[in-house]
Amino acid sequence: MMVYLLCLVLFCVGLYCVLMKRNIIKIIVGIIIMEFAVNLFFVLVAYRMEGRAPILSPDAEILNMVDPLPQALVLTSIVIGLATTAVLVAIAMRIYEKYGTFDITKIKELRG
Amino acid sequence: MIMTAHIIPLFVGISLAGAFITSLLGKKLKMLPDVTGSLTTFALLILSLLSVWVVNVHGILVYNVGAWKLPIGIALVLDGLTAFMLVTVNLVAFLISIYSINYMERFTSKWKFYTLFLLMVAGMNGVVVTGDMFNLFVFLEIASVASYALVAFGTERHELEAAFKYAVMSIVGSLFILLGIVFLYSYTSTLNMADMAHILAQKGTSNIILMVSVLFIMGFGLKAALVPFHAWLPDAHPSAPAPISAMLSGVLIKSLGIYALCRIFYNVIGISSSLSSILMVLGTLSMVIGVFLAIGQWDFKRLLAYHSISQVGYVILGIGLGTPLGIIGGLFHLFNHSVFKSLLFLNSGAVEYATGTRDLQKMGGLSKKMPVTGTTSLIASMSIAGIPPFNGFWSKLIIIIACVEAGRYGYAFWAVLASILTLASFMKVMKYAFFGTLKEKWAQVKEVPFFMKLSMSLLALISLIGGVLLVPAVKEVFLHKAAEVLVQGTQYAVMILGG
Amino acid sequence: MSKEHEKGMSIIVKTITRLTVGLILLYGIYILSHGHISPGGGFAGGVIIALSFIHLMLAYGKEVALKKLSKGVASFFESIGALLFLSIAFLGFTGGYFFLNFLSKGEPFKLFSAGIIPLCNIAISFKVGAGLFAIFVALVLLKPEKGDKK
Repeated sequence: MMVYLLCLVLFCVGLYCVLMKRNIIKIIVGIIIMEFAVNLFFVLVAYRMEGRAPILSPDAEILNMVDPLPQALVLTSIVIGLATTAVLVAIAMRIYEKYGTFDITKIKELRG
Repeated sequence: MIMTAHIIPLFVGISLAGAFITSLLGKKLKMLPDVTGSLTTFALLILSLLSVWVVNVHGILVYNVGAWKLPIGIALVLDGLTAFMLVTVNLVAFLISIYSINYMERFTSKWKFYTLFLLMVAGMNGVVVTGDMFNLFVFLEIASVASYALVAFGTERHELEAAFKYAVMSIVGSLFILLGIVFLYSYTSTLNMADMAHILAQKGTSNIILMVSVLFIMGFGLKAALVPFHAWLPDAHPSAPAPISAMLSGVLIKSLGIYALCRIFYNVIGISSSLSSILMVLGTLSMVIGVFLAIGQWDFKRLLAYHSISQVGYVILGIGLGTPLGIIGGLFHLFNHSVFKSLLFLNSGAVEYATGTRDLQKMGGLSKKMPVTGTTSLIASMSIAGIPPFNGFWSKLIIIIACVEAGRYGYAFWAVLASILTLASFMKVMKYAFFGTLKEKWAQVKEVPFFMKLSMSLLALISLIGGVLLVPAVKEVFLHKAAEVLVQGTQYAVMILGG
Repeated sequence: MSKEHEKGMSIIVKTITRLTVGLILLYGIYILSHGHISPGGGFAGGVIIALSFIHLMLAYGKEVALKKLSKGVASFFESIGALLFLSIAFLGFTGGYFFLNFLSKGEPFKLFSAGIIPLCNIAISFKVGAGLFAIFVALVLLKPEKGDKK
């Protein structure tokens, strides 16, 4: 139970960074932390008591392995996170070259 | 397993193949991106019309990818709602890809545009076709990431700022959706939608399902721009290039946001009266707030973006009612809005292509010099305002009648009010942009090139004859099948697992 | 001799890089090819292969690394990897289903077994490795432009 609450705390730390920080790079780091928290939560959901790693070898029984499905899904999710981070960083670098600053309180041309 | 079920994976396969062929060879051959983009979307349109026929003949089709049996493998499902969404998405995508043959000449590297565009179409087709929860999330992300890059395509100042805001809010929405999927997996220990519906019906509602519903409303509401979560839309849709604005506003917010919301709430979790009330309240808020914020706008595309929020509110109000007539009205309005909102954004793109400005106060009397654009814009404005006999009138009428029939007079009043204000707003647009006296600096403008004219005229034609979808013979085939799937609710699971 | 000492990192880093970058590439190929027997597979192997090229770029400077694997070649490999994956999926139609595992399965725990899975791993590693390297190169080569142009 404690591990799940700590995952939630990590998610909230990331959300705090996205909402309250003024530097664009810190916002991107906040998003990365949130993604890691959700992936971690997903892997922890798969744990079974007294389970082993779900790798089949010629002398293993299947009965006491942890659930392998979330591990495959989290791999996909990490790749998706990588792609979105790459797009965000590319946009942030171009914003720096057009606006000259990383401060979001100064990047406010669209209004109304 | 019948032979015709094999067309289902082709929707994803053909669009992905088109995207990667364009990325491989697009730099060397000049005409390749245009040809590939148009041919791919045309092939998808033909396949989607074929799939409507297939659904009417064979009923629901289930396709197990890789021949893994349910519920272990990924299942692709083709039923009435899927066929309806496929036709909407692919029709608009084909007409927009024809339009961009001429419009994107002004930008550099057209092959990058077509690669990202076809990836976005592949993602949307995948979301609509899949029957597995995590597969839905993966295709949702493919379409979203492609759209972040497309909004920032011109790399000017306001485009980058809008793209950054849109990307951050949309990623947070996707994370909420992923959290919801994780909770559902831990509760039901399966990922297939039909199997999940079956197990949820047996286990009954518990607190975790309430939390999952809230997470999904937040996540999909962010994607569909419902009212508390709409802040990204007025910045992102005007700043993107015109075909991308049309694509985002016309199909992306519908297939990623509204379709996924309906599918999960009606077919997997099962609709209850409290959920239905929440959807109706959110829909009404979107309708009213969108239209009030749009009245004071002088930027053409920003005004259209606020109206998108309002019309999406109509669709959610219709679908949230839960009665068969309401669902038919909501889905019909979804199709109509895709058609006329894309047409309006393409018109604004044509005006920008010819005059270089988006400010309504600087334009005037353009319809003398640009007759095709002026006429199609008039048709689209009358459609969105709900004037008979254009298609917008019929769908709004059905939604209002369904509200009155269900006894919810308050919602019907707000719907009528929003419709009147929409009419006022578009009267302003037409007066300032197209009618009136021609200013001297616009004396040199010419009509837009051929492909842009072709795609705008085709969309206007569909908008004109859209009312024919309500003729009983056609309604049975197209709208009724779609509405039936939602009305049946969790019986969907029985039909898929049994068949 | 003086030119080599100006770009990149110090000589200790350059010597160690020269010794280990081939081993890192080989390790990536090992993880990739044993993806159906032990943990790893296409994505992890592809990332490690990309890391070996990025390591070269970090230690020696971008010209040396771009001579080994230029931008055009990376872009080509990326598209080829994706098209290879799609064509394996479409070839499943010969067995009757999209993405069917149509090659012989062999015996478990051997290297040549499990049908199309090793081929899919190779295709994915092309795409991921070339893609990661291309992202890094694109971000490194981004030059700030002066003024406000379209």
